[in-house]
Amino acid sequence: MPEITLTQDPVHLRHGSNIGRPLTRRDGLLKVTGAARYAADNNPKGLLHAVVAVSTVARGRVVALDVEAAMAHPGVVEVMTPANRPALAGDPDAKPNPLVFRLDLLQSDRVRYAGQPIALVVAETLEAATEGAVLLAPRYESEPPAVGLDDGERFVPTAVGPGAPAELRHGDVEAGLAAAAQAIEATYETPPQYHNPMEPHAVVARWDGDRLTLDTPSQAMAMARLRLAALFGIPPENILIRSPFLGGGFGCKGLLSGPQVLGVMAARLVGRPVKLALTRAQLYGPVGHRSPTRQRLRLGADGEGRLTALEHHTLMSSSRFDEFFEPASNASHALYASPAIATLHEAVRLDCGTPMFMRAPGEAPGSAALESAVDEMAEACGLDPLEFRLRNYAEVEPTTGRPFSSKALRECYARGAERFGWERRPLAPRSLRDEHGLLVGWGVGTAIFPALMFEAEARAVIRRDGGGTVEIGACDMGQGAWTALAQIAADAVGLDGERVEFRSGSSDLPDGGIAGGSAHTATAGSAIHSAGAAVVARLAELAMADERSPLFGAGNAGVVARDGRLHRRDDESRSEGYAEILERAGLAEVEARGKGAMDAAAQQRYAMQAHGAVFAEVKVDPDLGQVRVTRLVGAFAAGRIINPRMVVSQYYGGMIWGVSFALHEQAVMDRRSGRPMNADLAGYHIPVNADLPALETILVEEEDPHVNALGIKGVGEIGITGTVGAIANAVWHATGVRVRQFPITLDRLLG
Amino acid sequence: MSFSISLSVNGVTREVALDDPRVTLLDLLRERLHLTGSKKGCDRGQCGACTVLLDGRRVNACLALAVACDGAEVVTIEGLAAQDPSGADGLHPVQAAFIAHDGFQCGFCTPGQIMSAVGLIREGQAGDDPERVREGMSGNLCRCGAYAGITEAVLEAQRVLTAGDAGHEQEDAA
Repeated sequence: MPEITLTQDPVHLRHGSNIGRPLTRRDGLLKVTGAARYAADNNPKGLLHAVVAVSTVARGRVVALDVEAAMAHPGVVEVMTPANRPALAGDPDAKPNPLVFRLDLLQSDRVRYAGQPIALVVAETLEAATEGAVLLAPRYESEPPAVGLDDGERFVPTAVGPGAPAELRHGDVEAGLAAAAQAIEATYETPPQYHNPMEPHAVVARWDGDRLTLDTPSQAMAMARLRLAALFGIPPENILIRSPFLGGGFGCKGLLSGPQVLGVMAARLVGRPVKLALTRAQLYGPVGHRSPTRQRLRLGADGEGRLTALEHHTLMSSSRFDEFFEPASNASHALYASPAIATLHEAVRLDCGTPMFMRAPGEAPGSAALESAVDEMAEACGLDPLEFRLRNYAEVEPTTGRPFSSKALRECYARGAERFGWERRPLAPRSLRDEHGLLVGWGVGTAIFPALMFEAEARAVIRRDGGGTVEIGACDMGQGAWTALAQIAADAVGLDGERVEFRSGSSDLPDGGIAGGSAHTATAGSAIHSAGAAVVARLAELAMADERSPLFGAGNAGVVARDGRLHRRDDESRSEGYAEILERAGLAEVEARGKGAMDAAAQQRYAMQAHGAVFAEVKVDPDLGQVRVTRLVGAFAAGRIINPRMVVSQYYGGMIWGVSFALHEQAVMDRRSGRPMNADLAGYHIPVNADLPALETILVEEEDPHVNALGIKGVGEIGITGTVGAIANAVWHATGVRVRQFPITLDRLLG
Repeated sequence: MSFSISLSVNGVTREVALDDPRVTLLDLLRERLHLTGSKKGCDRGQCGACTVLLDGRRVNACLALAVACDGAEVVTIEGLAAQDPSGADGLHPVQAAFIAHDGFQCGFCTPGQIMSAVGLIREGQAGDDPERVREGMSGNLCRCGAYAGITEAVLEAQRVLTAGDAGHEQEDAA
């Protein structure tokens, strides 16, 4: 395991042995005993239950609600409608910046999507509230909704994703295509997808005067707090959000959703604590989804199989009233070398809830199409798909010419291919069968995900008893923040993990930023790292300025913090324990804060991406078209690995999302009503255990001196990219049939 | 109207006066007895997060009405370790194996996965065949995708528990 090399301040080095260890989860004991408390597990005294009533039409007005019938039901305490909802200080339709999304908080009788909350019933029991919501029997004036990508007028959005340009043109695509020896054009479609975390959004809210306490899952507590403060007109410090565990997030708990706020409003209305938990079906509307896409790719290659042009055009949708545009074409920015690259986006507006960041937003559908198209191009050139990818390996970022901060993709290809046995792959499709007569196919896809960073702050304390505390309002939605960040924290303050109290998961701690964009470990970890550096520096100053310390005068040489002691760097035999230093200084503790943020200069100079290669084997029933993934090997390089056990789990999770994208999940929209017809876990298929093959991941070593002081890239989303294409390509290799519509279901394969 | 039922939950007899016949076993556990380990992921028997042992068999607690559980014996995740604390840290061997094999990420489906695994091992149908374990665990969804670890954990727990049984049998024979 490599030692931490500090790049910021050579005077106070810290050497630790926590980072890099495959520790089991620190929250494991709580999670296997049922003691981990998720939002809906809170039952404060005097609690009332709220149930949301949602619209069954996608566009129109609510013209009648039978509030009397609901109120008459035993146990019902209140019905909250646009007529009596508490006044808000902030307009839920205001859009001060692109990361504030418009919410449906009963501001009017207008219905703008199916599944929109139209009323809330509060009752003494969950059963009474549920029945009350049914008794509301809403009536509507409805208008025909726009449901699919062909239903709206196309336009070019001003920005896609979190603010990227909708169009980028590098070189001359038309000239590249004209000069190509081989060219292909293909259109791929991906369906609307819903995050479906296992934990439906829930909130337990309690007001005490103008102070608000809420238990609710959040991938970004500080942002949620600001939104609530603006909506309710109270200072953010008056709001405490507790979110120690999220039952999955995947993006739909990144920004506060409407129903979470409705729970808070209900608590204010009735003056008692209120619990609101959405049903599974209610997740298909107000908490975001991934837009459907139709992606057209045009590729040209010369006689050697080198790309001459790559154009990636995406048509996607947003809601009629707000903006999020799935940036799928941008998956083609940084992966394959081509003298001409164009990435283009167009959108339509539909009568649906606003789409939202969903695990690998843009990258997942974009990679699915790009990796399929690259395979089709390889086929047209008569080349092995891996060889084709190697011939088009980007040594620098193709659209900018910037060097990569690090890129071990070649090693990923090589090690994945070797492990998988790729060299035995016959070029022609439909040429492998297993002993049962099933068609066998092998496919490859390249994985790529940007190494992002947001902003976070942490606080570190070293105490006279020789222990430490590190605090950060970070979020663990399963990726392992409780464990990985604690490992970083221990090394940051030069202590053994058991001597550091790691506090997290609550909004009264320093802002841990957002758990999203695969950037949380890098960002929160960097904040912890710099808080640790700062607190060690204070301790070092105390010691080096004190004649009685063996470290006196070490100033120029500096010290190393390790195992609760500072060592003189030029003479490690001269050292002193934290406790002695603080004892003599008469201090109970020293503390410091630190920030984590991207290094703008480095970001300018380098392209920063994690990479990987995914190899898939599928077996297809030649008569029934049933597809099973039987083997998946993913080799990934993502900078420094903090906890390999947790990183492997993240890669597996991403790859399984890839399997789901390729073969299983899709919302099927009813074109008349605008409602998803499969808004439950029986109809909206996600993989079950039996759908999963032998999975394998290879952690390819990669040192990155530029991304951040710890050298961390993200691992949470990259696993989806590459995997979808690898599976689609394997299905083609097994059958000779190219299905360009995801998920690849047996009807599409046979049809 | 009130419905009185008596049931054993994790070895403790609970007398419950229900004011409502619509209460499911899951809502009884979570909202009235405040045993919140069992999770509600779908309330339709489609996800398995609420799996408990009802009279020794694994069931979806969201599909059982509480009034129908009069006289029943229920074991939830909170009571599992007490049944067999022979695993690490005083845990049931299945719980310990889930930690060792990282058989979860967010942890929300985990109580259901573990109770389902205990049920599966008791059923004795899966043995040490990974394919049959995967099949037998397929009523429990995991959106994080921890399936590989879950399968390994169940196989290991199965080995530990079977070895334990064999040991007991030998002791009995002796």
